[in-house]
Amino acid sequence: SLDRVKVLVLGDSGVGKSSLVHLLCQNQVLGNPSWTVGCSVDVRVHDYKEGTPEERTYYIELWDVGGSVGSASSVKSTRAVFYNSVNGIILVHDLTNKKSSQNLYRWSLEALNRDLVPTGVLVTNGEYDQEQFADNQIPLLVIGTKLDQIHETKRHEVLTRTAFLAEDFNAEEINLDCTNPRYLAAGSSNAVKISRFFDKIPGFPDRKRFGGGTLKSLHYD
Amino acid sequence: MSFLIDSSIMITSQILFFGFGWLFFMRQLFKDYEVRQYVVQVIFSVTFAFSCTMFELIIFEILGVLNSSSRYFHWKMNLCIILLILVFMVPFYIGYSIVSNIRLLYKQRLLFSCLLWLTFMYFFWKLGDPFPILSPKHGILSIEQLISRVGVIGVTLMALLSGFGAVNCPYTYMSYFLRNVTDTDILALERRLLQTMDMIISKKKRMAIARRTMFQKGEVHNKPLGFWGMIKSVATSAPGSENLTLIQQEVDALEELSRQLFLETADLYATKERIEYSKTFKGKYFNFLGYFFSIYCVWKIFMATINIVFDRVGKTDPVTRGIEITVNYLGIQFDVKFWSQHISFILVGIIIVTSIRGLLITLTKFFYAISSSKSSNVIVLLLAQIMGMYFVSSVLLIRMSMPLEYRTIITEVLGELQFNFYHRWFDVIFLVSALSSILFLYLAHKQAPEKHMTP
Repeated sequence: SLDRVKVLVLGDSGVGKSSLVHLLCQNQVLGNPSWTVGCSVDVRVHDYKEGTPEERTYYIELWDVGGSVGSASSVKSTRAVFYNSVNGIILVHDLTNKKSSQNLYRWSLEALNRDLVPTGVLVTNGEYDQEQFADNQIPLLVIGTKLDQIHETKRHEVLTRTAFLAEDFNAEEINLDCTNPRYLAAGSSNAVKISRFFDKIPGFPDRKRFGGGTLKSLHYD
Repeated sequence: MSFLIDSSIMITSQILFFGFGWLFFMRQLFKDYEVRQYVVQVIFSVTFAFSCTMFELIIFEILGVLNSSSRYFHWKMNLCIILLILVFMVPFYIGYSIVSNIRLLYKQRLLFSCLLWLTFMYFFWKLGDPFPILSPKHGILSIEQLISRVGVIGVTLMALLSGFGAVNCPYTYMSYFLRNVTDTDILALERRLLQTMDMIISKKKRMAIARRTMFQKGEVHNKPLGFWGMIKSVATSAPGSENLTLIQQEVDALEELSRQLFLETADLYATKERIEYSKTFKGKYFNFLGYFFSIYCVWKIFMATINIVFDRVGKTDPVTRGIEITVNYLGIQFDVKFWSQHISFILVGIIIVTSIRGLLITLTKFFYAISSSKSSNVIVLLLAQIMGMYFVSSVLLIRMSMPLEYRTIITEVLGELQFNFYHRWFDVIFLVSALSSILFLYLAHKQAPEKHMTP
């Protein structure tokens, strides 16, 4: 449906998804991060085509799905209900933890398999196969957190590794520290990347706009 | 000369156990995390290695492998090392890890971890006072003092796990207890969950609008209010911010609801999977086993009660009794010494292997359930501590299952502990744990179907 823009935020436990979502939606640092059970949603007000005469404002729902890739299959089946009609995916990994970066492949498989039209190409061992996502229409963004905890000397090596990771997903990448709002300050290159990512989501001009037509939805409940 | 050969055999086996502990740590426990502090892995593997060596020495005792004096020496040495690890090394390192995680105390972390360790030692010592476990003629830092306290903690743990396991095992295996879950139940819950998420989203959209309009009107105060500003804000609070707090409270309640719905849905999926599983051959086999285990569980509870009520501690072990019965009542004559050695080897071997395996599986489940990327190190160290104490007390209790001639080495090495006390304590805690598990499972089972019947 065109009424909503839904973006999933996926990643291992403890990488900082909740802090990131809070920073993106409320422009504030999350004071007391705690375990996300199930899914927590937040809404970001997004200016489509910012700075151009066609600038319009829309809501974007950020669905922060909690858990780990190794969860029990009952938890995975329950999580799958959140993966319906997704318009974009943000993959979050922890720069200090290599496993969380490797697990992103499994996360993307878990989320994208829901909407994938069965092409007969079934990758059964859970390994990432770039061909399976060749015709993936859903834009991806890779975000690395806890940049402040990487020592200066190791930065180059870590950033090279994440560049390869983002290339595999055919996505832009951003590396930041969720406890410091200056990384996403207005006008910074990271903020521009995020704006561009959201703009990639197809079908904006046809969508219900923020401000216009929302008077009805105010009385929804 | 033979001592050298024996020692090299022991050391080889210890290295093997160490390797096994290392692999277990890497492949099972830490498979989703990154090992950054190898010290933790080493400590875990070392604890595991020395615990397994104790069991190995018992087996050697039964089989008569190695020289008797070298066995005794290795027992003593192994015991000292394990006590050193469990009482000094692991608790100190746990304290150190905890303190390192707290930013404030980072500068003087050695000092604070020493303080933590001293507190631990104090409580550890006090633990032994109310129990009649020791004859007072031993010195303060002797092996017996330390082992007795470690034994109390370990036996309590064993009995708790054992009691819960004895009740939980038939409950999970038997399909009689499975609640009936249909696909429509699951779909209904999922629909409710998505509806709740939609409500949360619409409320957050309202809050986003309100915040943006407040920001545009310049009502958002980012700097701290002065004195007059505070007085003013008490008298005339901006209507926008009042609405926000109200909506925020509603959102908090809805989020709590969504979490509960999520957990319930996961629970229903798990039950559905168990129903599917119970229709397979393996499932039917486990169901069948479940009936046996429930009888076994009832029998154990009954025996524990009898032991406590009649203040009875079995004098002979099951092997000798079994042989007595076969010889006296069934009239079958066979070489008692030969068979008693082999049967007790098999019996003790089975007990050891199942308890090691059971403990490792429980530790893994526990670790997955509660660990996070920050606390994984501390939790693994705690698990190593529990594992060490568990294995030490298994040795104490295993003494009961062995014929008299093999018990001597344990009695010699461990000194004059009141072994009977430990068995009594095990029975008490086992009974308490089993009965409370039954109560707990009954309540949980009763409560569940009613939750899903409310519209």
